[in-house]
Amino acid sequence: MKKVAVVGYGNTKFTKDELPIESLLLESTKQVFDTTKNLSQDLIDGLSELSGIKPKISHTVEHLCSSGSNAAVSGFSYIASGLADTVLVTGADKIGNPGQILEWDKSRGEFDHPIYWASMFTKAHKRQFSTTDEELAIVSAKNHKQAMDNPNAYSHKPYTISEIMNSKNVTDDLRILDCSYSCSGSSSILLTSEETAKKFTDEPIWISGIGQKTNSASFTKNELTTLSSSIIAANDAYKMAKTTPKKIDVAEIHDAFSVCELMAVEDLSLTEKNTGASYVRNLFNTEDRKINPRGGLIGAGHPLGATGISQIVEITQQLQNKAKKRQISNAKSGLVHNMSAAATSSTVLVLES
Amino acid sequence: MNKFETELKAGNFVTSECSYCNRIVWPPSDYCDNCFKDVNWRKVSQNGTIIELSRKENDVFCIIEFEDKIRVMGKLDAEIHMAKPGQTVKLSKCMLNDKNSFFFNLEN
Repeated sequence: MKKVAVVGYGNTKFTKDELPIESLLLESTKQVFDTTKNLSQDLIDGLSELSGIKPKISHTVEHLCSSGSNAAVSGFSYIASGLADTVLVTGADKIGNPGQILEWDKSRGEFDHPIYWASMFTKAHKRQFSTTDEELAIVSAKNHKQAMDNPNAYSHKPYTISEIMNSKNVTDDLRILDCSYSCSGSSSILLTSEETAKKFTDEPIWISGIGQKTNSASFTKNELTTLSSSIIAANDAYKMAKTTPKKIDVAEIHDAFSVCELMAVEDLSLTEKNTGASYVRNLFNTEDRKINPRGGLIGAGHPLGATGISQIVEITQQLQNKAKKRQISNAKSGLVHNMSAAATSSTVLVLES
Repeated sequence: MNKFETELKAGNFVTSECSYCNRIVWPPSDYCDNCFKDVNWRKVSQNGTIIELSRKENDVFCIIEFEDKIRVMGKLDAEIHMAKPGQTVKLSKCMLNDKNSFFFNLEN
């Protein structure tokens, strides 16, 4: 299997504006061309649209909220297998994408909006671990604060813990500021083989581990306080990368709702079970940006198809020491965690410099 | 529309079941998710157990489990502070208009 590197990237700003999806895709793709040396359309073999590229392989990946990371997995596979050498992976979404509403999970019935599974997760977490509204609000406060240094984030407003706790009740267990927002936006990455990487960049970032697990169409079948698909995906990714969670310097976590970050830091083994809330509180108090430096989904916004790719862009910038004010010092190893359909499916990538 | 949906439209809550594997097949499907043989359909027990619940405005919504396997979300006709996980509920009504709807009452 060939090694695969991230060698270029582009991002649009995430916004609440109604924008044509083709324009968004083109804008983040254009940025890849603008910022990657020696790149021309004829060098790209796979996965694209517009922009004058005539790839020998192209397709669309639809995997709900984790479409972006799964498209990257497809691109990786083409290069690793030798079927393609250089692949552009581009994702975009428009605000109000109905993809977040899951009609095929029969067990949800009329409760098909994400706020309902998020309320069930949050209530169960409060019950099992005595998690408080303040501990949930800290996730949002931290991620909104970190998003202020991300020029592409939809939100550049800091919120205090009490503002978040006192924000509108969506349900008894969910405040509006504990939710990520559907946005318009696009992100792209350029992947290539080890042989070609040097041509495009002096700082290739290697995708060294991949784990992907889907365990049910119905979230109601799963435990409510554990992201079981994430545990399996993370273990597979660590194993493939021959690394351990302790070696992860920076991580982009799928904080669709505040409770997801508390669960994910535990289930990705970044901290021990039942210490997620104190772990995140400590990050917040010490201004440590290790988790979700770009602001996560809550701070940056959540254009479904772009999110996973945007997470990869962030970790790439971190490992290239190019994340500016968001930079984690001396980051060598990073992780991307992207989920879909109430955590019934998870994708985890390990990236290394 | 499969049997689950046609029955739900008629107000009946049914599940698929495999007589070869002797197990409930849930979510409902025309074939067993273990052996892929044709399933049988039968009514689900009227009593279920609360797994979790919350409230949106005045509506209490919950996950209810039937027969240790079948889980659905629905509305509970109760004050939120009167109900908690582990309590028994009874299915009062179910229907399919645009989407599946289930309604439960607390069992005394």
